[in-house]
Amino acid sequence: MLMAALLSGCTDKVIVLDPKGPIGEAQKDLIYLSTILCLIVIVPVLLLTAWVVWRYRDKPGRKAAYKPEWEHNTKLEIIWWTIPILIIIALGTVTVKYTYALEPSKPIESEKEPVTIQVTSLDWKWLFKYPDEGIATVNYVNIPEDVPIRFQLTSETAMNSFWIPQLGGQIYTMSGMAMTLYLQADEPGTYYGSGANFTGEHFAKMTFDVNAMPQEEYDEWVKQAKASGNPLTEEGYEQLKIPGTTGTHTFSSFPKGLFEKVVNQYAVGGSAHRHHGAAPGGESESRKEDAGAKGEHAHTPAASPSPSGGSHHAGH
Amino acid sequence: MLNDLKDFLLNDFFVTGDPLILGSQVAIALSIVAIVFVLTYFKKWKWLWTEWLTTVDHKRIGIMYIIASLLMLFRGGVDALLMRVQLAAPQLEFLHADHYNQIFTTHGVIMILFMAMPLMFGLFNIVLPLQIGARDVAYPFLNALSFWLFFWGAMLFNVSFVIGGSPDTGWLAYPPLSGLQLSPGVGQDFYIWGIQISGIGSLATGINFVATILKMRAPGMKLMDMPMFAWSVLASCVTIMFAFPILTVTLFLLFLDRYLGAHFFTLDAGGNPMMYINLIWMWGHPEVYIVILPAFGIFSEVVSTFARKKLFGYKSMVFALMSISVASFFTWAHHFFTMGSGANVNAFFAITTMIIAIPTGVKVFNWLFTMFRGRITFSTPMLWTIAFIPCFVIGGMTGVLLSVAPADFQFHNSYFLIAHFHQVLIGGVVFGYFAGLYYWWPKLFGFKLHEGLGKWAFWFWNIGFYVCFMPQYVLGLMGMTRRFNEYDFDMGWQPLNIVSTVGAFLMGIAFIFQVWQIAHSIKFLKKEKTGDAWDGRTLEWSIPSPPPVYNFARLPQVSGRDPWWEEKQRIARGEQPSPLPPLEPIHMPKNSGIPFIMSFFWFVAGFGFVWDWKWMIIPGLAGVVICMLIRSFSYDTDYYISVEEIERTEAKLRGAY
Ligand code: HEM
Ligand SMILES: [Cu+2]
Ligand SMILES: [Cu+2]
Repeated sequence: MLMAALLSGCTDKVIVLDPKGPIGEAQKDLIYLSTILCLIVIVPVLLLTAWVVWRYRDKPGRKAAYKPEWEHNTKLEIIWWTIPILIIIALGTVTVKYTYALEPSKPIESEKEPVTIQVTSLDWKWLFKYPDEGIATVNYVNIPEDVPIRFQLTSETAMNSFWIPQLGGQIYTMSGMAMTLYLQADEPGTYYGSGANFTGEHFAKMTFDVNAMPQEEYDEWVKQAKASGNPLTEEGYEQLKIPGTTGTHTFSSFPKGLFEKVVNQYAVGGSAHRHHGAAPGGESESRKEDAGAKGEHAHTPAASPSPSGGSHHAGH
Repeated sequence: MLNDLKDFLLNDFFVTGDPLILGSQVAIALSIVAIVFVLTYFKKWKWLWTEWLTTVDHKRIGIMYIIASLLMLFRGGVDALLMRVQLAAPQLEFLHADHYNQIFTTHGVIMILFMAMPLMFGLFNIVLPLQIGARDVAYPFLNALSFWLFFWGAMLFNVSFVIGGSPDTGWLAYPPLSGLQLSPGVGQDFYIWGIQISGIGSLATGINFVATILKMRAPGMKLMDMPMFAWSVLASCVTIMFAFPILTVTLFLLFLDRYLGAHFFTLDAGGNPMMYINLIWMWGHPEVYIVILPAFGIFSEVVSTFARKKLFGYKSMVFALMSISVASFFTWAHHFFTMGSGANVNAFFAITTMIIAIPTGVKVFNWLFTMFRGRITFSTPMLWTIAFIPCFVIGGMTGVLLSVAPADFQFHNSYFLIAHFHQVLIGGVVFGYFAGLYYWWPKLFGFKLHEGLGKWAFWFWNIGFYVCFMPQYVLGLMGMTRRFNEYDFDMGWQPLNIVSTVGAFLMGIAFIFQVWQIAHSIKFLKKEKTGDAWDGRTLEWSIPSPPPVYNFARLPQVSGRDPWWEEKQRIARGEQPSPLPPLEPIHMPKNSGIPFIMSFFWFVAGFGFVWDWKWMIIPGLAGVVICMLIRSFSYDTDYYISVEEIERTEAKLRGAY
């Protein structure tokens, strides 16, 4: 029924099943694969149900057997313990494989260097910063096609979730910590993005466009943005923090280390970060390159005053 | 001074300014006046107090639970329809964002905690003691206390609609959004205290029924002879015993954060909101199994009664129930695969979640093979059961899809998820409890519900369900996230949303049919005189309907499963009915007003905490303590029913045959 609805509907609107990047593509394959595995069991069960109910209904002159005492059959019961076990083993194997392959913080294989974009969810808008280009945008994000994008994500306020269905699945943005999500667009186009985790009054207004474009066009846009002479200042950021909605904006620059400051603001001694927020290479303070080993979930230093986090901050 | 008061009342205390809310305020005031008038006019106050508010009879408590939960189903259903209207035509701004947010929050909380839970407890109360041949639950006083704690907790939660403002951070209230900084209003405090007070009641019920099952079974009834519903109650209540303390502690910590400025879940000073999310789902996931397990039990009873056949694979069923109850504690993190805990954690929780599907699938096969070689009749309880099977199989399948962690990155927080959990909650829990309600209604009230109207309701519910929720799976794949109150027309979501809303209204019509069905059946009441309305199998069908206070004049002697069915078979074969032992006086608990009063004091204290009014908190808590003291020192708590009185009652009830 679901499938029929899907096929009859205008498929291009079913964006999750119409991915434009490797991550979304793999997730789509996985969705189909797991659906098929499940259907292998449930279709026969549905047919069996219909047959049993029809055949054993009470009616005068019925010929089907009636065995009111028949309550146990070891062989049969072993069979139907085994069937779901087998399916779950198959599905579990696939799932585990994909779980490691699609771990969001795992870099996408490509000969091109990834572009880093730092994402901050605010009430009720998205701020995107390009640490390498030194520009920033609000409520839209431009990316070069065919280049891995390393999103680093945090939140200035409540927990949101950053989701661009056609590029791949979502990840939570949480204050006091930085998350990493690699995505890539394989073709130019404008893709829908949204906040997927409820953050209060105007949460529904937190949608944004992702514009994937050829490298030259992207470079051109970066140049224009830089030349626009519209910097995001510290005060500008304070303004942005005020709960409310806004349209799209482009900033020619932003305060160095702003992302790291937002991530570390709650850490013990976090305020001491101001002076050296501009870590070399725009790399987030809280996740050094070795973070891959830990799945790059960089809470520990940022969120809780763990010994390593604490001494790290004190050490500076 | 007077102006200050006026200011406070109009600006903070009463929710003002919205015609919908104004309407309900007027409706609530009018209903209260009407109820008071009717009770006074018919001189029913004393009757209400002595027969109902102070009762410790499990059957009456069960009836009160059911009435309360049906009212809550109505409120939660109206919430749902309001949301659906908004989503069908967001352009019209039928609901403003802040109202929408309040409504989905209260809808979720009410449906799970104040509709599903009490309906479940109502069925436990009515059925369980009768099925195991007991005269009451293990702790009748505690049972009454549980009910009134639920009742006053639910009142406290609902009152926020007109006083102070409703909570609006979702049914699980994640911090930091639910913290003081981002949610400074009192709505969140109503949430905490409403759930907290009723939650204590739920925990007590869990303990009570575990004790009842372990200690109060009729002589000769082994655990492995218990009806499957009793097993499901045991599984559910054991889960409650382990899960609800987590909820209590979690909400208490959130309260400390908000009230005393503690930092358990705040961002600064070392707090960690992720801790809350873990804790709340350590309760939240078991909670969904708490409500579904008894539905499985109900289906097992209904299926074997209406296929007129023994339940197939009893031992498998028991094993499946108990293993689900244990496994449900090891899956919680599937609610936040996207929190970036790394591949190891996600893989682990994906697997544990999938494992739960195994015993669940086995149960489906056992139900099918109970019908196989049976003789199936299609009365309303059986219709709900048959409709449940495909619905739950599909809902279970989408659940398994959600458990595929990397795929869940695309499903999470979308309408796909909404469709899934409604499919298992409506198709599983609600259909199950309806099946139970129709099945045991004649036992409870001594008359059957009108079958024709029941079938109309059944079809409207079912068709409405699919029309409402199937499009939502597609909407999820179209990128629509949950809790959106508006969306852009370009996304192409509107047509399916309109379809979905139509489905919701079909379910609304179904509910009206049910109300009509009940009213009609009362008006044209046809007494069900045999006590055994469906040719049942278990002990509850061996006594008159409705049962006398003491349930069983003589405690039944049980040997084996389906004792009543076996007895009937013996008699049909021309054997003598089992010999009756002589009657003995029956020991019964006395009614008590303390549960009602003590829970009311909890309400007072909770209301005081919400507004931070010490002058209200202190008397409230003092009242609670005084009630406890009075109870501890009262010794006159029980009485005996004499043999003559039992004989008189039995002659009256059985003589009517
Ligand atoms: C009568 C049919 C029902 C309809 C049309 C309906 C509709 C809805 C809608 C529109 C939402 C909001 C989705 C969102 O988050 O954007 C929702 C949420 C929810 N519903 Fe229902 N619902 C129904 C019955 C039920 C029942 C019977 C239960 C539980 C037994 C239930 C439990 C929930 C829960 C837990 C949520 C999530 C609330 C939250 O987001 O905090 N619903 N429902
Ligand atoms: Cu769960
Ligand atoms: Cu985190």
